[in-house]
Amino acid sequence: MKTTLLISFTFFTFFYFSQKSNHSTREKSLPSIELKDMKGKTVNISELGLDGPIVISFWATWCSPCKKELNTINEIYQDWQDETGVTLVAVSIDDSKTKNNVPIYVNGKGWEYIVLMDPNGDLKRAMGVNNVPHTFLVNKEGKIVYSHNNYASGDEEILYDEILKLSSK
Amino acid sequence: MKNFLIGSIGVLFICFSFKAQEKDNGTLTGNIESVFQYLNEDTVIGANQPPSKGLLNSYMNVFYTNSGFKAGMRIESYLPRIQGYPARFDGTGLGMRYIGYSNDFIDVTLGSFYEQFGSGLSLRAYEDRALGYDNLIDGARLIVRPAKGIMLKGVYGYQRLSFDQGRIVHADGIVRGVDAEFHLNETVPFLKESDLDITIGGSFVSKYQYDNVPELILPENVGVYGGRAKFMYKNFFIDGEYIQKEQDPSSDNGMIYNYGHASIFNIGYSQKGFGVILSGKSADNMSYRSDRTKDLQDVFINFLPALNKTHTYNLVATLYPYATQPLGEVAYQAELLYTIPRKTKLGGKYGTSINLNFSTTYEPIKHTSSINPSDSNGVTYVARPFDMSDSLYWRDINVNITRKLNKKFKIALSYFNIVLNNDVVKISNDAKGIINSHIGVIEASYKINRKHSIRAELQGLFVKRKENGEANDKGDWATALIEYSISPKWFFSVMNQYNYGNPDEDKRVHYPVFSCGYIKESTRFMITYGRQRAGLFCVGGVCRFVPASNGLTLSFTQSF
Repeated sequence: MKTTLLISFTFFTFFYFSQKSNHSTREKSLPSIELKDMKGKTVNISELGLDGPIVISFWATWCSPCKKELNTINEIYQDWQDETGVTLVAVSIDDSKTKNNVPIYVNGKGWEYIVLMDPNGDLKRAMGVNNVPHTFLVNKEGKIVYSHNNYASGDEEILYDEILKLSSK
Repeated sequence: MKNFLIGSIGVLFICFSFKAQEKDNGTLTGNIESVFQYLNEDTVIGANQPPSKGLLNSYMNVFYTNSGFKAGMRIESYLPRIQGYPARFDGTGLGMRYIGYSNDFIDVTLGSFYEQFGSGLSLRAYEDRALGYDNLIDGARLIVRPAKGIMLKGVYGYQRLSFDQGRIVHADGIVRGVDAEFHLNETVPFLKESDLDITIGGSFVSKYQYDNVPELILPENVGVYGGRAKFMYKNFFIDGEYIQKEQDPSSDNGMIYNYGHASIFNIGYSQKGFGVILSGKSADNMSYRSDRTKDLQDVFINFLPALNKTHTYNLVATLYPYATQPLGEVAYQAELLYTIPRKTKLGGKYGTSINLNFSTTYEPIKHTSSINPSDSNGVTYVARPFDMSDSLYWRDINVNITRKLNKKFKIALSYFNIVLNNDVVKISNDAKGIINSHIGVIEASYKINRKHSIRAELQGLFVKRKENGEANDKGDWATALIEYSISPKWFFSVMNQYNYGNPDEDKRVHYPVFSCGYIKESTRFMITYGRQRAGLFCVGGVCRFVPASNGLTLSFTQSF
C-alpha cells in the first residue's frame, strides 16, 4: 500500500515538475480562497479586482519582524502606489486569541493596506506558507512572480525593485 | 477502505497531472519543513542526550487545485521526534490527506480538514506545528454559500489523536457539528447602505463516545451549542459569543455532571493613530474532548483563547507564560495603542508609538450552598458567567514605547509586570505561591546602509523575593541579544541568557545560543547551536513542555 502511494506521489511530482523550468513559482497563480476583511465582508483573494501588481504579506500582531516590515513600507506606501499602482494586501494569521487586536493595530498605526483575516490558516496553507513574515508579489495576470520568507531591514527595497520590474513592462 | 481512498488520491493526482499536460496545469502549492537536532548531554542544566543522538522531524504538504477540484496531503516523519514532541509520534507516513470540490456555491471535502466555528469556543480543529499540536478532523465537511453573506457549514468525523508508526491514530469519539453565519448587510436589503454592520451566527456541536465504564451511566452524546453576534458602527465594534456544554463527565472535571459554559466579548474603538479594546472571558467546566479519558493537549474539540498579550521578547514569552484553564477562569484584558503624530514636539520627526496592555485572570466562584451533597445527580456546584472569586491566577501589566530617532536609528523600551499563581497555574517546580516578576527590555536597531542592519536587545527579569528573603523560583535573569542582518539573504545572531540570581549557586549558568540563517526567496536554512533551558512553550494559551537541551539544530523550510 505504501508503495502505491509512494509511486503515485513520485510520478506526480515528476510529471508536474518536468513540465516546467526550475522556476515553478514563476507560473503559480493565486488560489481561490475566501477570506473576510476586518468588517466581516467576504473577499476572494483571487478576485480582488485590482488593476496593478499586488503584494500579499502574511503577518500577525505577535510577529515583530512582520510588523517592522509593514510599518516600514507604510512610511513609503504612498510613493509606491503613485509610482507603480501597487496594492498591498496584509493577511493576518492571528487566531481568535489575538484576532480582535488586528483592527486596533492596523488603525493605530494608520496602515492604508487592504487587511484580510485568515484565522483558520486557509490561505496560509493554500499558499504553502511555513512561517511569517512571508511576502508574495503578484503581477497583473494574477501570477506569483516573487516571494520572500523573512524580513530584514532593506528587504523592502528589493521588493520594490521587483515591483518596478513589473510596472515597467 | 482507507487504503483504497489513499490509492485513489494518488491515481487522481496522476490523472490530473496527465490532463495538465494537455491544457490547464492547475495550481500546485505546498511546503517542506525539516528540523534536525544533535544533542549533547549537559548535566548542569539537566539536558539528556537521546539514545539515538540525532533527531529528525520532517513535513511536506502538497496541495493541488484545478477547476474546482482540490486534493492535498501531508507526509510527516519522526526519526525519532525532536525534543519536546510527544514520544508517541513516530514513523513516516500520511499525516493528513483530502480530496474535494469547491465553487462559489459549495465546498465539499472528504478526508482531513481544519475548521473553526465562531471564535472557536465550540469547535476548532487546527495545526500548530511548533507545539506538535494537530487535532484535525478526518471525515466529511460541507460548506454551502446559498447567497452573498450567508455561510452554512457541516462537519462530521474523528479527530487526530496521535501519529504512530507512520499512521494517524484517531480519538475514540466521533464529532459532528453545524454552524451558520449571516453577514446581514449583504443579505438584508435595508442594511446594505447602513453604517451599522451586523454579523450573527450560531453553532451546534455534538460528540459521541461509547460508555465503557460499567459502574457509571455516562452521557454518550454530549452537545455544545451557542450563538454569537458582532456589531460595527463606524469606528466602534462590539462582539460576543456564548456557548453552553451539556453534561460531560470526564477525567478533566473529576467525572462531575455539571453543565459547562463559556462566553467572550470584545469592545473596541479605533481611528487613525489610536486604538483601544476591552475584552472579557468567562469559562467554567469547558474542557470538551472527543475522548473523555484524555488529558494535556489531546483531542480538544473546542478552543478557549487565553486573554493576554502574546509576548515576543525571550524572557517575557518563555519564562512565565499563561496557559488557559479549561476548568474555569474569568479573565479581562485591555489594550491601548496610540501613535503620537509625527513632526510634533512629543512625537518627534517620525512619530512615537505607545502600547499599553493589561490582563488579569481569576478563579470563578463555585456556589455550593444550593447543592445537597447526598444528591446523586453528580452536580457539585453552580457557576455563573463572570462571577469571579478573589483568587488571582494571572496578571500582566505592560507598556511599550517605540520611537524612530532618525532615518537609521530606532529604539523600543518595554516594561512588564507579570504576576502568576504557581500553586494553581503551575509553571515551575522551584516556585512557591505567587511569582511576581518585573521585566525591562531595551531594543535598538540601526540601519548601517541599504543592506546591512544591526539590532540589539537587553532584557532583565527580577523576581520578587519570598518573605524569608530567599529568591523565588529561579531568581533573576538577564538576556542580551545581537543580530546582524544582510538583506535579503543572511542573518547572524548571538543570544545569551544568564540566570545570575538563581538561589542554587551551581545553577547560575549561562545559556548562550548562536544562530545563522540563509534565505533565498522561499527557501530558508537556519543553524542554531547552544543551550536552551527547560520551560513551557506556549502559543495562544496552549502550552507544551520543552526539556532543557544543549546541541545543534538545523532547520530547513521551503514553500512552493
